[in-house]
Amino acid sequence: MLFDQFDPVILARAQFAFTVSFHFIFPAFSIGLASFLMMLEALWLKTGQGVYANLYRYWLKIFAVVFGMGVVSGVVMSYQFGTNWSVFSHKAGPIIGPLMAYEVLTAFFLEAGFLGVMLFGMNKVGKRLHFFATCMVALGTLISATWIISVNSWMQTPAGFAINEKGQFVPAGSWLPIIFNPSFPYRLVHTVIAAFLTTAFAVGAVGAWHLLKDRGNLGARKMFSMAMWMAALVSPIQIFAGDAHGLNTLEHQPIKVLAMEGDYQPSPAGAPLILFGLPNSAEARVDYEVAIPHLGSLILKHDPYAPLPGLTDYPRDQWPPVPIVFWSFRIMVGIGFAMLGIGLWSLLARYRRKLYDWSWLHRAAILMGPSGFVAVIAGWVTTEVGRQPYTVYGLLRTVDSVSPLAAPAVAASLLAFVVVYFVAFGAGIYYLLHLMAKPPGAGETAPPNVPQRAAGITPASSVAVETPARARG
Amino acid sequence: MASIDLTIFWAAIIGFAVMAYVVMDGFDLGIGILFPTLKVGDERDQAMNSIAPVWDGNETWLVMGGGGLLAAFPLAYGILLTATYPLIIAMLLGLIFRGVAFEFRWRDPRHRPFWDVAFSLGSFVAALAQGITLGAILQGVRVENDAYAGGWLDWLSPFSLLTGVAVVIGYALLGATWLIWKTEGTSHEHARRAGFWLGIATLLSLAAVSAATPFLSYDYWRRWFALPGVLLTAQVPLLVVISAATFFWSLKRGSHRLPFAMALALFLLGFVGLGVSIYPYVVPRAVTIWDAAVPYSSQVFMLPGALVIIPLILAYTGWAYWVFRGKVGTHGYH
Repeated sequence: MLFDQFDPVILARAQFAFTVSFHFIFPAFSIGLASFLMMLEALWLKTGQGVYANLYRYWLKIFAVVFGMGVVSGVVMSYQFGTNWSVFSHKAGPIIGPLMAYEVLTAFFLEAGFLGVMLFGMNKVGKRLHFFATCMVALGTLISATWIISVNSWMQTPAGFAINEKGQFVPAGSWLPIIFNPSFPYRLVHTVIAAFLTTAFAVGAVGAWHLLKDRGNLGARKMFSMAMWMAALVSPIQIFAGDAHGLNTLEHQPIKVLAMEGDYQPSPAGAPLILFGLPNSAEARVDYEVAIPHLGSLILKHDPYAPLPGLTDYPRDQWPPVPIVFWSFRIMVGIGFAMLGIGLWSLLARYRRKLYDWSWLHRAAILMGPSGFVAVIAGWVTTEVGRQPYTVYGLLRTVDSVSPLAAPAVAASLLAFVVVYFVAFGAGIYYLLHLMAKPPGAGETAPPNVPQRAAGITPASSVAVETPARARG
Repeated sequence: MASIDLTIFWAAIIGFAVMAYVVMDGFDLGIGILFPTLKVGDERDQAMNSIAPVWDGNETWLVMGGGGLLAAFPLAYGILLTATYPLIIAMLLGLIFRGVAFEFRWRDPRHRPFWDVAFSLGSFVAALAQGITLGAILQGVRVENDAYAGGWLDWLSPFSLLTGVAVVIGYALLGATWLIWKTEGTSHEHARRAGFWLGIATLLSLAAVSAATPFLSYDYWRRWFALPGVLLTAQVPLLVVISAATFFWSLKRGSHRLPFAMALALFLLGFVGLGVSIYPYVVPRAVTIWDAAVPYSSQVFMLPGALVIIPLILAYTGWAYWVFRGKVGTHGYH
């Protein structure tokens, strides 16, 4: 039969990787957007300036589409543990199940419960209550990230468990070491900042696009300026957070770090930093490498002569696929530094008072618009592929975690996911770009299924003062 | 002893989540199933607007049911989802199409007919897959060494197809009665007529499934018809008759809310009936809730979630429904 020659484990991994990567795009955006919307509404309530209400509405329409896609692609994830990874679910369920149940109870319901009011309730409830709904949605996205990253981190750096007679991972005592496992704080900070930066660069690109067409558009100016503050202030923090996360990984998952660095051979006198090259696991070396001597040890050990082990110090059946981890890591880091570059450029532009006039900065910002999404996927690939060949690091192998399903069943479902995701989410991304291509106007409407009333969130008087003439100043 | 009590407690919580999902997403999936019979334009827009603010919350109960099963009975979660693999995948893909259609149909008027079909077909597929899954679980799955040991099409049987059709009809009834409550004008009249026929069809389906279930295995037969249990189980069909009579009476009388309440009552009774059939198994005749339960410490850890957070969720979900109370009107919520 068709597909019979495929390995069902590889197919199940491909399906999980495909669906989680597609899914991750949406929460990475909605975590940041929810907080951005909260900020816009707070600024509107505080200042009464119509530009904030208009920007709120403009981005709310985009948020609604992003959030919807995040929800439906997320439901898939919550069932895929059982459909394709039933052994993993059975064995790790007593630990990860309760954490994920708390995610549903404390985050998903909170988001869903207040989302209706946030999207459609502008004229149904008072301003403050509406702001409260926005805050609850934003809070929900952050609580959700906290629980799911705790789960993911536990799989990377398992702690606080015992193994019972059925071979299940069970809590050894307190839940605190499980939730606050060694890599959790680092991964949480790094991921949430990544979501904020991803959103900032998407917002910045939309602002830049409209500035290129009309430098006087007040909404475009405001969103571009806010996004560039994020880029300038948060990119350096992210680089520090990433470095700290890397040191934590070196402590708990040294093999992963060695794969990221491409260090096949031990470096007793200090490791170089390999910039580029082609990892060759068969020969255990990096072909055509371009390296800076001692910089690797300086970064990882804060001492240029500190010895570092190599992958060959560990059995090969514990290595992750080195080339994937090596390259995805470089893509992520490269984008991180490019983000810092844009942030610094924007500071220079601000200093020279040409933030809204420097068209090359705007073009660069547009180019960097999708960069956050690429970076979060690359970072996710680095950490998840770097976890291989285990699902629970060092304890449960991926090949021993999979459901007893025949290859044709998994191949057919993988194919169906690919087709449906490209049709449904492809259309969604097209609609998002369409929404973003419209300039933010002074009379921004709410989502179209909710006709506007004068008593809405935008008072007519504050919109009226928003003229390009004043905005140019 | 304490751990046994908590296992039953968690089975009840998961049962509650599944029930909440079935009635809440049931009516919005039902609207999707009825969608092709609604007139393009005002009727469809009203129907869509009546569920737009709440569908996401409704669907969260599905995540709660699945996530809760993983958290409290991971063995059953793995076995059941593997046994019904193609059904679960079909359901998920159906839910994707109908979920994105809520936003997309407003974004793109030119392709609105396409997204309306996606909404309707997605709802139908999701409902059918859920119904067949129910039948597949009732008829039992092959389990060896704590793992599913059957093929990937074992779920397919006349009985599971019957439950599939029954759930589609039942959801359509919930959808129609919801529209009776929330809409006015031609939509309301339309829903009222559809409600009558769907009420009859639902009762016939309920009767067919109930008649077939006790013959699937000896155990089901005994627990429904043996004395003294029959004194208790006989109350379920009796209450079904009372609810059904009230349903048709309220429809005839022109009541706006009572038909929906009675449709909910029918679902609740059907659910109680399922509970009688299945308990204490979670995978019928193979795995009991105690076989599949997580250790005591995991059960205790989740208690605050159940005792404090679920009531909170019910409170703010109720508030969200209250904000959008009353007739949806012809121009959406405003």
